[in-house]
Amino acid sequence: MSDTSKSHGLHLGLICVLALAYFVLPAYHSGNLASVMVIAIYAMGYNLLFGYTGLLSLGHALFFSAGLYGLGLMMHLADWTPLPAFAAGLIAALVVSAVIGFLILRTTGVAFMIVTLMFAQAGYLTILYFGKYTRGDEGFALQQASRQIAGYDLTDPGVRYYCALVLFSVTLLGLAYIIRAPFGRTLVAIRENEERARMLGYNVTAIKLKAVIVSGVVSGASGATYALLFGYAGATFATVQYSIFPLLWVLVGGAGTTVGPFVGALFMFYLIDYASGKTEAYLLVVGVTLVLVTLFLPHGIVGTIRTRFLRWLP
Amino acid sequence: MSKLIKPTPTLTRRTLLGTAAAAAATPLLGRYAQAQSSEPIRIGFQVHRTGIGASYGRWYDRTTTAAVKRINDMGGINGRPVEIVAEDDGTDPKRGAEVVEKFATQHNCDIGFGTLFSHVVYGSAPRAGELKLPYFVVSEGHHVASGALNRWTMQPAITDVKSQVQAMAPFVADNLGKKVTMIYPDFAFGHDHRDYFSEAIEKQGGEVVAKIAIPPSETSFTKYFPKIPRDTEVIYHVMIGPAVLTFVKEMGEFFGPSKPEIFGFLDSLEAVDINSPGLEFLEGTYFWEGHPRYAQADQSSHDKMYREAVGVDENGASVSDPKDVATYSHMFGCWETLNIVKRGMEAADYKSTADRSKLIEAIEEMSDMPLSDDHPQGAKRFNGKTHQTFGHQYISKVDSGKLVLAHTSSIEDTLYEDEVDYTTQSF
Amino acid sequence: MEFGPHLLLASLEGATTAAVLALTAMGLSIVFGVMRVVNVAHGEFYMVGAVLAWFIATSVGAHPALGFVAALLIAPLLVGFLAAGVDRLILRHINYDPERTIVATIGTLYILQQTTLMTFGPDARPVEPPFNSRIALPWFEWGENGFEFYFPWGLSTTSYKLFVIAAAVVILITLWLAITRTKAGLVMRATQQDSDMAQAFGIPVKTVYSAVFGLGAGLAAIGAVLVVPIQQAYYLMGHDPLLLSFIVVIIGGLGSLPGTIIAAILIGMADGIISVFFTPTLAKIFATLVVAMVLVFRPKGLLGKSTS
Repeated sequence: MSDTSKSHGLHLGLICVLALAYFVLPAYHSGNLASVMVIAIYAMGYNLLFGYTGLLSLGHALFFSAGLYGLGLMMHLADWTPLPAFAAGLIAALVVSAVIGFLILRTTGVAFMIVTLMFAQAGYLTILYFGKYTRGDEGFALQQASRQIAGYDLTDPGVRYYCALVLFSVTLLGLAYIIRAPFGRTLVAIRENEERARMLGYNVTAIKLKAVIVSGVVSGASGATYALLFGYAGATFATVQYSIFPLLWVLVGGAGTTVGPFVGALFMFYLIDYASGKTEAYLLVVGVTLVLVTLFLPHGIVGTIRTRFLRWLP
Repeated sequence: MSKLIKPTPTLTRRTLLGTAAAAAATPLLGRYAQAQSSEPIRIGFQVHRTGIGASYGRWYDRTTTAAVKRINDMGGINGRPVEIVAEDDGTDPKRGAEVVEKFATQHNCDIGFGTLFSHVVYGSAPRAGELKLPYFVVSEGHHVASGALNRWTMQPAITDVKSQVQAMAPFVADNLGKKVTMIYPDFAFGHDHRDYFSEAIEKQGGEVVAKIAIPPSETSFTKYFPKIPRDTEVIYHVMIGPAVLTFVKEMGEFFGPSKPEIFGFLDSLEAVDINSPGLEFLEGTYFWEGHPRYAQADQSSHDKMYREAVGVDENGASVSDPKDVATYSHMFGCWETLNIVKRGMEAADYKSTADRSKLIEAIEEMSDMPLSDDHPQGAKRFNGKTHQTFGHQYISKVDSGKLVLAHTSSIEDTLYEDEVDYTTQSF
Repeated sequence: MEFGPHLLLASLEGATTAAVLALTAMGLSIVFGVMRVVNVAHGEFYMVGAVLAWFIATSVGAHPALGFVAALLIAPLLVGFLAAGVDRLILRHINYDPERTIVATIGTLYILQQTTLMTFGPDARPVEPPFNSRIALPWFEWGENGFEFYFPWGLSTTSYKLFVIAAAVVILITLWLAITRTKAGLVMRATQQDSDMAQAFGIPVKTVYSAVFGLGAGLAAIGAVLVVPIQQAYYLMGHDPLLLSFIVVIIGGLGSLPGTIIAAILIGMADGIISVFFTPTLAKIFATLVVAMVLVFRPKGLLGKSTS
C-alpha cells in the first residue's frame, strides 16, 4: 500500500471510528467527543499556519471569536436562521483574517507572535467596548428553539454529535487534501526555507496570506460551530488563553501532522477532566504533563509515533 | 442500545471523603432507614475552585457543606441523604457547560447548583436546559429574570443586580447626594450597574454626572480620577477583582482630605478585610451589603445559627483564621437555595430524575419565604414566572473599621415588572 | 480637572508604570537576548516575587519598612534560584528549542500558579509600604497677577510612588554597570554574541544560561516587590506584566537593552497619557493598535538591528 493510500485509510478510518463511537460510548463521553471534535477544527486550522507554514500566532482567538460572534450576533440580534448565520460567521472570519493577515505578514518570528497577540487583545477589548450588543464578558445564550436546521434539533445529542462529525470530517479531509496539493507543499517549503522558496519564484507573501486566511476561516468555522451547537457566545473565547489553547493542542498532539490536532485536543480534554476529578490541583497535573511531554515527546504524540515507528504518517 | 448502559457514577475522592465525614458526624443514620430508597439525592455543585472566582468558590463550598450537613442532620430530603458532587469549572464558561454535562450524564445528579459568575451561568445554562437538568444559580446576575435563559434555570435565593441597584437609589438620593459619579468595570456586570442605577436615581430626582468605565485587568486608577466632575456629591463605585485595594487606596490619595460622599458595592471587598492597610480611606463611607458581614447589635437568632454552622465569626471571618474573610454578601445564597430545593423536592414528592420537571413546577409555586433558619439573610418573595427572588438589601456604614448597618431596604424597593414568564415554556 | 494638571497626573502615573515595567521587561529582554528563548512563565516569576514579598513582610512583622527591605533583598534571590532550577531541570534538557521552550514554560506557568493557589490562597493580599505620604502638587497659571502657583484639586502623588521610580532607575543603572564593567557581564555578553565560540573559549555556557535565566526572573521579582505595596499579591497577577513585557521587548528591538528601556518608558507613559484623551477602554484599544502598527511598520522594533 502506498503512503498516500495509507493516509487516506487513516483519515477515513478515524472518521469511521468516530461515527461508530457514538453507539458505543456512554452519553457523557459522546457529548465530550462532540465538543472535542469542534475544538479540534480550531486546532486543525491553527496547525495549518503553525505546523505547516511555520508561523506561530498567539492571536487565533480573534479568528475563532470572529466566527463565534459572526454567527452568534446574527442569530441573537437579527434572528437569522443557523445556515445564513453560519455563513455570516465564515465571512466575518474571512474578512478579519484577510485584513489582519495583510498587516501581520510584514513581521516574522517573535514580532509575529506579539503582533497577532496584540490584534487579538484589541479584538477582545472591542467586544467589551460594544457591550451593549455583545454583553461583553458575560456573553449571551442562543435559545434552544432557534438552533434548528431543516427540522433537525441541533441540541439533540445525536444530531449534535453527527453535525460536529460532519464538520470535523470536512475539515480533516479538506486540510489533508490541501497539504498534499501543490499549495500545501509550497507552505512546507516556506517553513523549511523561506529564502529558497522566494528564489524559486514563489510569491511567498501572497502564499502566506492565503494560509492565514484558510487558517482563520477554519478557526472561525470552529467558533461558529461552537456557538451553534453549545448555544453560547462570550468574550472569554477572545482572551489570550483561548489563543494559547490551540498552540498547546497542536504541540501536544504533533505539529505538522494531520491527526495531531485532534489527538492533542482529545488528550488535553481528558487530562483536565480526569485530573479535576482526582484532585483540586488539576492545573498542577496539567503543568507537569506539559513539561513531561516536551521533555520526552519532542514532536508531540503523533509526531513522535511518526519519527519512531510509522514514517508514512501524514 | 449502548445508551442503556447506565453510566457508573464515579465518586471523586472529595465527595467520598465528604460523605464519609457526614456519615461519621451523623449518629441518626437510622432515620434514613424508613425511606423506601436510601439512594442519596445527588446535587451537582459547580464550583469556582480555580480562576478568577476562586475566593468566592472556597466560601460557596464551605456554606454548601454546612447547609448539606444541616439538611442531613434533619433527616435529609424525603428521607434520603443529600450528597454533594463538586466539580471545578475553572470560572470558565466552556468548562462550565462541560461540568453541567458531567453532572447530568456521568454523575447522574438530580440537579445542578451553585454557579456565581454570570459568564459561567450563560455558558452553562443552555446545556442544563437541553439536558433537562434543574439548574440553580447563586449569581445575582439579571440573566435569569431577563428571560435570556430557560425554564430549567432558576435563581431562587439571591436578589439580582437590577433589584439591588434600584433599591439603593432612594437611600443615596435622600442621605448622600443627588449628583452621582459612577465608577464601574467596563463589562456586563458594570454596565448593569450603570444602566439600572442611572434610571433609578433619576426617578429620585438625582442624576449621574459622570460614568467612568474602567477596563478589565486595570491595575492603576489615579489617571481616571480627574474625570470625576468637581461638583460630584456622591461617588458610586463597584469594582471587582483583586485590584480593588489599589482602587480604594488611590482614590484616597487622590481626594486627600476633601472627599465627597462615597457609596460602594461590597462586591468589591468580598473576601477582603475592611481593615487592610490602605483601606483606612473607607472610614465613614457606605456600602451595599447582601447580608451584613459583621454581626449586628440586633442580630437575629437565624443569622447567629447560620454563622456558627458555616464557621464564620462575628467579624465575618473564618473562625479558624481571622484573616480569612468570608464572601458573606453572596454565600448565604447557597444555604438558602439548598433549603428551597429541599422544600421543592418535598412538595413535588421527588423520587427520581424523572421528577425533575415536577421539582421546577413545585418551586415555581413558591412565593413568600419568611426570615428563618432556612433563610437567615432575611425574608424573600420568589416570582415563579421570572424564576427570580426578591429580598431585603442592606446598607452599612464603615464605622471604626466595622460595617454597621445603617439602612434596610424593603422587598418592595427591589421589585420591577416581569420581563419573562418561564412557566409558559414547555419542558 | 483641567487639562494641564490632568496631563501631569497621568504622566506621573505613567512614570510609575514605566519604572516597574522597565525592570520586568529587562528581565525578559536579557533572557531573550542571551538564550534566544521566550519565557512564557516570566509573569509567574513576577507573581511569585510578589507573593514571597507578602510572606516575608508578614513573617518579619515589626515595622513595615523592615519587612519591606527584607522582602526586597530575599524575594528576588529566591525567585532567581527557582528560575535557575527550572532552567537546569527542564530547559537544559530540551536544548532551548524555541517551540518546546514555549510549551515547557507554559507548563511551568500552570505549576507555579496552582502551587501558589494552594499555599497562598485565592485572595489578593497587600504589603504595607515602608512609607507613604500624599504629596499635593502645585500647578501654574497665567492669571491676572501674572504667573502664579496653586494646588489644584486632586493633583497629587505619593512618596512611595516616587521612590519606586527612583529605585528602578538605580537598579537599572547598577545592572548596566554590571553588564558593561564586570567580568560576569563580559562573560554574559560573550555568550550572547556567540555561544559556540564562548564555549570554545572555556566559558561554562550552561552555567551562564542558568544564571541569566535566574537573573531575568530575579529582575521581574524586584519589579514585583516594588509594586506590591501599591497593588497586591495575587495568584493571577502575572498575566499582564507578561504581555506588557513581551510587547516592550519586541518594540524595543530584540536583544537591545537600551531599546527595552526606551520602549518601557514609551509604553508606560502612553498608558497614562492616552487615558487623558479617550474613554478608558477605547484608550486601551487605541494604545494596543498603535503598538501593533508600530511593529507592523517597523518589524524589528525601535532599536532592532539585524535579524538574528
